[in-house]
Amino acid sequence: MKVRILVSFKDSVLDPQGQTVKNALHTLGYGFIKDVRQGKVFELELDGISKEKIEKVIPEISDKVLANPIIEKFSWQILEKE
Amino acid sequence: MKFGVVIFPGSNCDYDTFYVLKDILKQKTTFLWHKEHDLKNVDCVILPGGFSYGDYLRSGSIAAFSPLMLEVKEFALNGGLVLGICNGFQVLLELGLLPGAMLMNKNLKFLCQFVHIKIENDKTPFTHKGKKGEILKIPIAHFDGNYFAPAETIKELKNNSQIVFRYSDANGQISEEANVNGSMENIAGLINREGNVMGMMPHPERASETLLGSEDGRIIFESIINKLD
Repeated sequence: MKVRILVSFKDSVLDPQGQTVKNALHTLGYGFIKDVRQGKVFELELDGISKEKIEKVIPEISDKVLANPIIEKFSWQILEKE
Repeated sequence: MKFGVVIFPGSNCDYDTFYVLKDILKQKTTFLWHKEHDLKNVDCVILPGGFSYGDYLRSGSIAAFSPLMLEVKEFALNGGLVLGICNGFQVLLELGLLPGAMLMNKNLKFLCQFVHIKIENDKTPFTHKGKKGEILKIPIAHFDGNYFAPAETIKELKNNSQIVFRYSDANGQISEEANVNGSMENIAGLINREGNVMGMMPHPERASETLLGSEDGRIIFESIINKLD
């Protein structure tokens, strides 16, 4: 089973990289783009673990390792088997 | 007394720090390998600058999970002196020994230059040989030095005099222009509430002999030596 975790800056934290990307998009004529936030994607392949356990473990490792809760937030989803 | 300089894969100021302590300041100094569980009875642990684990994930984050960091954490919680320089500061933040986090520099550039920092707290084991208000000229070299903390934390840092260094101009003026990386409150260095763990972005080991343009960084090492001897 695969899990995808998305980590990005909290709304209260400035994202200068996202701003820079936005400015570049504006230069290219996409002026309708109001804001860009950049983040990180992690795809974890799991084996021998129940769905219930995943519910517990993924937030735990996201909080402890993948994201820094002072500046970042995360969301996650189980990807269907490919 | 004895200093221990921790080496992570990707540390690159470990030998500079070792050289300053051993050859310039004539102190017993030993390297500490991050994979071991042995602090070798040192009296002060220094986490040096560099790019531990290539800054993967977040600067300092993987190093914070190194085996030796369990001992460093315990050492710190028992009152041992720990100094984190640049990447070492980032490791201390990731370890939770110091509050806050580092963001990318406000101009998205790697900054490698001399800066001026003002001593805000001269009552610490790392700065007591200096004077409050004194300006030090020490270089920085980092990408992620833009200090961030929630408003509540900043308030606590101020109330407890935990801000040790702030970026200033040569005259000690704390301004937005002097705030090279965009840090909140111009923070260049801070200490924990107990007063035994300090992190700073500037590199004192690169400013410890006149040949290199400044000796101002020696104040930090000499304060530690004076405190522990």
